[in-house]
Amino acid sequence: MIDLSNIHKSYITGTNRLHVLKGIDLHVKKGELVSIMGSSGSGKSTLLNIIGILDIHDEGDYRLNGQLIHNINETKAAALRNKFIGFVFQSFNLISFKTALENVALPLYYQGVSRKKRNRMAAEYLDKMGLLDWSDHMPNELSGGQKQRLAIARAMIHQPKVILADEPTGALDSQTSYEMMDLLQAINREGITIIIVTHERDIAERTNRIIRLRDGNIGDDHQNGIKKETTGVFNRP
Amino acid sequence: MFDRDRWQEIWSVLKKNKFRTLLTAFGVFWGIFMLIIMVGSGKGLQNGAMEGMGNFATNSVFMWTQRTTMPYKGLPRNRRWTYTNEDIPVLRENIPELKYLAPRLQGGGYRSGDNVVRGDKSGAFNVYGDYPQWNKIDPVRILAGRFLNEIDIDESRKVAAIGTQVRDVLFKNGEDPIGQYIRIQGLYFKVVGVFEPINSNINFGGDKVRSIHIPFSTMQRAYNYGNNVGWFAMTAKDQYKAELIERKAMQILKKRHDVAPEDDQAVGHFNIGTEFDKMKGLFNGIKGLIWIVGIGTLLAGVIGISNIMLIIVKERTKEIGIQRAIGAPPKTVITQIISESVFLTTLAGYFGLVAGVFIIEMLATGMQQSSGSDNMFRNPEVDFTVAISALGVLIISGILAGILPARRAVKVKPIDALRYE
Repeated sequence: MIDLSNIHKSYITGTNRLHVLKGIDLHVKKGELVSIMGSSGSGKSTLLNIIGILDIHDEGDYRLNGQLIHNINETKAAALRNKFIGFVFQSFNLISFKTALENVALPLYYQGVSRKKRNRMAAEYLDKMGLLDWSDHMPNELSGGQKQRLAIARAMIHQPKVILADEPTGALDSQTSYEMMDLLQAINREGITIIIVTHERDIAERTNRIIRLRDGNIGDDHQNGIKKETTGVFNRP
Repeated sequence: MFDRDRWQEIWSVLKKNKFRTLLTAFGVFWGIFMLIIMVGSGKGLQNGAMEGMGNFATNSVFMWTQRTTMPYKGLPRNRRWTYTNEDIPVLRENIPELKYLAPRLQGGGYRSGDNVVRGDKSGAFNVYGDYPQWNKIDPVRILAGRFLNEIDIDESRKVAAIGTQVRDVLFKNGEDPIGQYIRIQGLYFKVVGVFEPINSNINFGGDKVRSIHIPFSTMQRAYNYGNNVGWFAMTAKDQYKAELIERKAMQILKKRHDVAPEDDQAVGHFNIGTEFDKMKGLFNGIKGLIWIVGIGTLLAGVIGISNIMLIIVKERTKEIGIQRAIGAPPKTVITQIISESVFLTTLAGYFGLVAGVFIIEMLATGMQQSSGSDNMFRNPEVDFTVAISALGVLIISGILAGILPARRAVKVKPIDALRYE
């Protein structure tokens, strides 16, 4: 699903050149649940952004679902993101002037799906997240956990191949964090590849594969044996 | 194309900071408002000036005699000379470009008290000896009866066409002057017509409402002018310039009266065409100035819009970043921002347009109610085409105002936009 070979990325700030990724080789197969760990500045967010085509690597080959990501313009990138990738952010990143339902339906709007159809689908996903009663509420009327579930619904509505989560539990208390992980595990079991960037060990422990970045290189990459059982489909609160 | 999500976004963005939006919109409102007011007023000024001379044959020339300034063919300088009846056929034959030729005479007497009497009423009026052609050059509106005609000239009839004020002075209210007799400097004339002037802004010697026209030949005979012609009024055919007949006529007249060809002082002349062109030039200049100032004011408003759009884009950097992360193509973002800009510009401009037209219409109706005929400002108006083109200008400027902010919005990499706080 995701093939990275010899990926380099550096940032230039003024006269300084900051080499963030120094030749990453990484292969993530379809249906994997992977966590990327590392201290701050290790390049884990940069790596996630490159995988999500939010940022372009300087060197190396990146193939997403077999397609080489090279020299693509922003229009193409937007289309690829819209087709293959769902994002979940630490700060939720919901659109403040749209209702919960409209927020969830947004990726379909960019695909040109009719309003009626995308609203119906959005309602379906809100229902899965247990948020159907909140569909007409604005994001600022929801709690942190509800916002993140909304964001996950938005990340899933266009049925992406990969969900990229950047510190999805960073703004949540531990109880809600675990619920969120239950949810992500359940989604993963439906066959969607999930990559989570986190610095919380207990969150990483609940993924199948843990990758540690050290100074722009992969320091450690191992399968995680301990898998906590989750309860049922799309655990409702 | 009505896209509910797009409108929702436009609305929420503009609503977010209502006061700022209002102030920005006011710039464009004011720009278009001023443009409309100025265009309307400029038109009013032009209408006022042109109405007073609208029917005057504008390619006309007037020509009179003055003392010569150089000796010629044994004749001394400083000599008085006059045009004569014999000049009339010569001019007609030798200037094919001539459309109308009206020799004229002005009667004396009105300066020394009342020269026109009827019964116990009397007044001092201008008396002109005229050909019927005069009414083609400076047309009047006949209220009753007729103007002079060729038969009046041929038979040297003692008839007169009188201005409205002459009628009011010499006749009782409601009395029909046609067929009545008035005494002009001792001779009785039958009134055949009453007229009112159309081109009230062009006057020679005196007010037209206070003038009396009698046949040219009658005036020559009755008041001892011999075969003298006071001055010539002539009009060129439509396709020719008045300057042409002016030049030709001067040449012919000088030659016939032994005036030195290079003696420019000897012939007094006045060309309405040139004056009219000057006037037109003046109004075109005013019009040009109005558009420059108006567009400038509008531009200031549009720049304000562009400026505020830049700020909005900056404020929304993160939001736009989110939209792009979840798949909004740059095209969508650009159209969104340009739509906002066009919407704001057009809405503000539309109100400015309506307000401007409203004020102009109010002015126009107000002026109609208190109408004085000699107003220099009359019927201010805004053409439909001006309104439509102003709206077009608005939409285009809205697009232009949106382009820069829109480009700025998509220039930021999505990842930088997402990180923006």
